[in-house]
Amino acid sequence: MSENMPVQSNGGVADLEGRWRDIYTYLERPGPLANDGFEPGDQVKEFLHTLKILVIGAGGLGCELLKDLALMGFTDIHVIDMDTIDISNLNRQFLFRASDVGKPKAEVAANFVMKRVPGVKITPYFGKIQDKDEEYYNQFTIIICGLDSVEARRWINATVITMFDEEDPETFKPIIDGGTEGFKGQSRIILPRMSACYECSLDMQTKPTTYPMCTIANTPRLPEHCIEWASVLEWAKEFPDKKLDGDDPEHIKWLLDKASARAKEFNITGVTYTLTQGVVKNIIPAIASTNAIVAASCANEAFKIATNCATAMNNYMMYVGDQGVYTYTFELQKKEDCPVCGGKAIKVEINPAHTLEDLMDLLMDRKDIQLKKPSLRTGTKSLYMRAPRMLEEATRPNLGKQIRELMEDGEEVTVTDETLPISIQMTVRFTE
Amino acid sequence: MLNIMSLKKKKAEGGGEGGPKKPKTTAAQIRLQKDLGELDKLPSTMTMSFPDPNDVFNFQLTIRPDEGFYKGGIFRFTFKVNTNYPHEPPKVLCTQKIYHPNIDLEGNVCLNILREDWKPVLNISAVMVGLQYLFLEPNADDPLNKEAAEVLRSNRRLFEQNVTRTMRGGSVEGVSYADVTR
Repeated sequence: MSENMPVQSNGGVADLEGRWRDIYTYLERPGPLANDGFEPGDQVKEFLHTLKILVIGAGGLGCELLKDLALMGFTDIHVIDMDTIDISNLNRQFLFRASDVGKPKAEVAANFVMKRVPGVKITPYFGKIQDKDEEYYNQFTIIICGLDSVEARRWINATVITMFDEEDPETFKPIIDGGTEGFKGQSRIILPRMSACYECSLDMQTKPTTYPMCTIANTPRLPEHCIEWASVLEWAKEFPDKKLDGDDPEHIKWLLDKASARAKEFNITGVTYTLTQGVVKNIIPAIASTNAIVAASCANEAFKIATNCATAMNNYMMYVGDQGVYTYTFELQKKEDCPVCGGKAIKVEINPAHTLEDLMDLLMDRKDIQLKKPSLRTGTKSLYMRAPRMLEEATRPNLGKQIRELMEDGEEVTVTDETLPISIQMTVRFTE
Repeated sequence: MLNIMSLKKKKAEGGGEGGPKKPKTTAAQIRLQKDLGELDKLPSTMTMSFPDPNDVFNFQLTIRPDEGFYKGGIFRFTFKVNTNYPHEPPKVLCTQKIYHPNIDLEGNVCLNILREDWKPVLNISAVMVGLQYLFLEPNADDPLNKEAAEVLRSNRRLFEQNVTRTMRGGSVEGVSYADVTR
């Protein structure tokens, strides 16, 4: 896409008769691969064109996703991203131009696609996913993630899964998660409480490369050791109260000088500014084609889930592109004791004038959950912790307090018990 | 197989209430609550304390070794757990300046499970046991305090004397250490 190409004005859908012809091929007739419940016809077309879909991340995967979805018939797309455009994004994040550097990714990407694909509405939000509450996420039918961190994925996974209320089908939001790292990529589908969630498979995440503390302190052999020495040990010594910011050129420069001096002392070569920033921010070069493949897979799955015109993937696809092209699809298993989706959700009604101890008795009496030594916390408060001893002593006075002093009506309480592999999310409703 | 469209239709026909709920507990918090709730049988050599009982992400551990070079000392550590736990290990620092081959003068601890060998199946208890082990068996092969490690390797008698002296606030080679007997 060159900058000089004529861009169609937003002339409405009428002058684009037949634009969805190829898409409709899948939606107007039954097919051997279609799901049992698939009903071809106008209704499913209408559903595709009107449902709200959320794209999280407007970076390498996000740009591809927005383009793919807009061209596939999704016309009500929302996008959320907290970043602004950096010059190093331009090689692969093709919705951005040099003149966009410094502007919010979500807004620039939304405007570009809206200008290019008439009739598509993209609503950007420039900010963190954590800024938004359940009400925001509840408006979408499908959520697609093109994120770059484990932390953000865990957050959105936990948020979307815990907001699913089995009595309210509307709260069921499939998550499609794409991820790339160099020539490797993956896409997966998370169906809240039906299939493995992100937390179920947390153990399989590779963690950032770290080096033994003693190696970086005493026997450095690699330029990375020198940089880690500077960033882990020296920075904390020099600036005990300042947090290291990998995006601050002054911080990186300081590390570079320290690391270079150390490298010289140990006859190590290869400490550069780029490497320093790479080690500190744990950068792995992004490959445009990997993003394109993974995003295509995610968009494809979104289309299948939305229309039911074919069976969706079950449930994880890995792609390895550094030695030929290899993909493998398999089912990640749900973990019974997963802290996010393995737990049980229960509702308890209690008079707020009763005490926490009464609430505990009520819990212990329930036959469906065999509790022996429960510990209870809200999102911000330790109500009663059975152990360790000091926490038990600090929270014991709460047992005699009235429920209304400790929580609000509708408060979510997490219950754990050492005899129980899972945790329980309890919603406490007041009877008054 | 799931049919999203029919889920939506069911909704349109009515049914399903449930207003907005309170903010949810994070996965890290749930896991940490579980880890901590299981620490009801701490060995007599360890005590934990929580400056703010509502904040389970920050706490302190005190170790009183009952044998080995460091018997008689009281060693204090701070634990900082972040919201990416257990994907990331807790950050542990020794708050005193002590003479130990695997702990530097700033309190950084060289324990494999705190860095390169951390796995999400490990927990707070594993880290606590690991720290205690460092006092029973200081390891001269993975030094953070090179001088102390060298003494331990070459002259255990001298190492023992150095430990005893520094634990009472004495100094070794011009470096003075914290009194850890109180």
